[in-house]
Amino acid sequence: MADVVVEQGRRARAASPRKKNASLRNVLGRKSSVAFFLTLPLILLIALLVLYPAFYSLYLATLNKAMTKFVGLGNFTFLFKRETFWMVVRQSCIFAITAVFFKALIGFIVAHFVHNIPGKKQRKWRGMLLVPWVIPPAMSTLAWLWLFDPSYSAFNYTLSFFGVGPIPWLGDTFWARFSVILVNVWYGAPFFLIMYLAALKSVPDQLYEAAAIDGANWWQKMWYVTLPMMRNIIAITTLFSLIVTFANFDIVRILTSGGPLDRTHLFATWAFQVGIQSNDIPLGACVSLFMVPILAVAAIFILRDVNKRGNEA
Amino acid sequence: MSRKTLTRRQFVAATAMSSTALIAAPYVRGAYAAGKLSIGFWDHWVPNANDASTALVKEWADKEKVEVSIDYITSNNKKIELTAAAEAQAKSGHDILQMPSWWPHAYSENLEPLNDVMEPLIKQNGEVNGTVKYLGQSGGKWLAVPATPGSQIKGPCSRIDLMKKHAGIDVQEMYPAGSPPKADNWTMETFLKAAEACHKAGFPFGIGLGETTDSVDTAGAIFQSFGAELVNAKGDVTVKTDEVRQALEFYKKLIAVLPTDAPSWDDASNNKWLISGRGAMILNPPSAWAVAKRDAPQVAEQCWTHGFPAGPKGRFAPFLPYFWGVWSFGKNKEAAKSLLIHLSSPAAIEKFVAASGGYDLPAYANMTKFKTWAEEGPPKGTLFHYPDPYKQQTMSIAASPAPPKIAQQIYFQATLTKMALRFAQGEKMDTALAWAEGECEGFMRT
Repeated sequence: MADVVVEQGRRARAASPRKKNASLRNVLGRKSSVAFFLTLPLILLIALLVLYPAFYSLYLATLNKAMTKFVGLGNFTFLFKRETFWMVVRQSCIFAITAVFFKALIGFIVAHFVHNIPGKKQRKWRGMLLVPWVIPPAMSTLAWLWLFDPSYSAFNYTLSFFGVGPIPWLGDTFWARFSVILVNVWYGAPFFLIMYLAALKSVPDQLYEAAAIDGANWWQKMWYVTLPMMRNIIAITTLFSLIVTFANFDIVRILTSGGPLDRTHLFATWAFQVGIQSNDIPLGACVSLFMVPILAVAAIFILRDVNKRGNEA
Repeated sequence: MSRKTLTRRQFVAATAMSSTALIAAPYVRGAYAAGKLSIGFWDHWVPNANDASTALVKEWADKEKVEVSIDYITSNNKKIELTAAAEAQAKSGHDILQMPSWWPHAYSENLEPLNDVMEPLIKQNGEVNGTVKYLGQSGGKWLAVPATPGSQIKGPCSRIDLMKKHAGIDVQEMYPAGSPPKADNWTMETFLKAAEACHKAGFPFGIGLGETTDSVDTAGAIFQSFGAELVNAKGDVTVKTDEVRQALEFYKKLIAVLPTDAPSWDDASNNKWLISGRGAMILNPPSAWAVAKRDAPQVAEQCWTHGFPAGPKGRFAPFLPYFWGVWSFGKNKEAAKSLLIHLSSPAAIEKFVAASGGYDLPAYANMTKFKTWAEEGPPKGTLFHYPDPYKQQTMSIAASPAPPKIAQQIYFQATLTKMALRFAQGEKMDTALAWAEGECEGFMRT
């Protein structure tokens, strides 16, 4: 309909060039203009809540500790010399990559199980499996905190019947890292599950039928049909989850606050500790900004691949 | 239409007359004639303790005809620190904001000097301790007024029965209610022996080794009792000293007899440890005892709050004062100062102490013998020695005497507990010291 308006507008302009309002009407009548105006509230909201803070943190990162002097990249060069900073970089990578890998793996496996459950029952299972993702993470993490309590928790109580433990879930470096990753996987796996389930449902049955006629076994169907058909969705969910997991704050903050000995700090939790608790806001801003280049590199690689496949298609 | 012109002479006369009339006119106060005042108070965790603040503010507001609004801000998840950071950045917010210990220095450039408030208060209520001066003063300028609500000593809260049975120490005899302490033998050595004995008996002392304030405050007092400073008052890094080595050796022995999960403890863990009946001692203000009174009365009636053990360089108690600051960009600074004087009067302070069941601690020397501390129980007199009525301890804060902006980093990065834990978990002494030295050098950033 809007395209017709454009055409009409052009004809009208040719017929009577004196009508100045016609061009405005044309602009307003275009599909792209309508789309722009419809998205304008969201654009403004993003500008206010995302772009402004992002640029403000860039500005903050260039100030000295007292925030009275411009120091350029001084804060970044200072950070590069700190042992704890590199430990946080390493930990953030370990945390994000391990958590995303297990979230994707569990999501993939469970999506197949759910896909094979018949209609009505499947809806119930889908609902139940989404529960971890639906509960606000701050709340569910508090429940995990109680479960990990070494003295009074259900975990250690249960393990005691088998003569195991008590395990210092959050007091030992290895177990603390294990615990924060476990909670993140528990929280994030349903997202992968639902995305993969949607992708599985969109794979045409004819492809499997054709593969079966060709004598393909289960593994060959998976490798040559399912995975290629899900490649794009896997890439995009991985990227999305990588960004969210890298920027995780609440789980670590509630479970360990970065301890013991800073061994579970991520960028966000360390930025909070440095910026807010230790009152070094510029350095805190620097720490949080360091996520950007790492994620940008990941985004470029993953999205480029998606683009390539899109063109192939 | 005629237009009357105003001569210069007429203008001067009219201005003079109206100025005289304004000055000479009687001051008639209407409702809220003295303007508005917005306050951000710390949200007390003792039930109903906020009521005392509300009542005292209302009493003052009615008298002064000021329209007051109070926000009670929780300290959970650093909400007060976030509020202070936001208001300092925006140069807008409450007129008075209650701040935790380190924040007056952090925002010294944004705070109204309060010497005209503090000097008469000190004359009226007695001298304040060194930690209050260290945290509240900068270059002779008072940055904020010590607040009674929230201020606390994190001294030992011992189980009378367990300490007597397993460590052979009668804490009530050592710190008798109503009389001066007989604590000459209450040293770090005795403390360690008691910790070992209670651990052996299955009731370890509940001392955290995490990164939250309870863990750091304990480490601070122990380090100071050995004379160990990571950074001295001049700002020089002094990590590699014999005093720091001694403190680390002591801590290593202590850590061996603490609960295995102590490295992950937060500020609630030690409270739970005492209330559950699993430990013979924690180092905390009497909030744990207050909760035990409600949830585990059989534990509460065996609790006794008393002084810190003495080290080779003295007896130090971790003191954590709160402050009331007035923003320099506040709109009603005179009213704010007047309210702070009212809230710091002896009568108001006594009300705060009573409302908090003895938890709140005034910073002034003449305010340590209220009847609340003598009468609270069970057991009666359990809080008598909480405010250190006989001035046997040096009130201190971890990381002092380093310049406050450096000390704040040492404190919040928990450098003391991390260093002790590294050494106790098998890192070589020199490696742990080198790590702490590197951290402190990083904190010198300006």
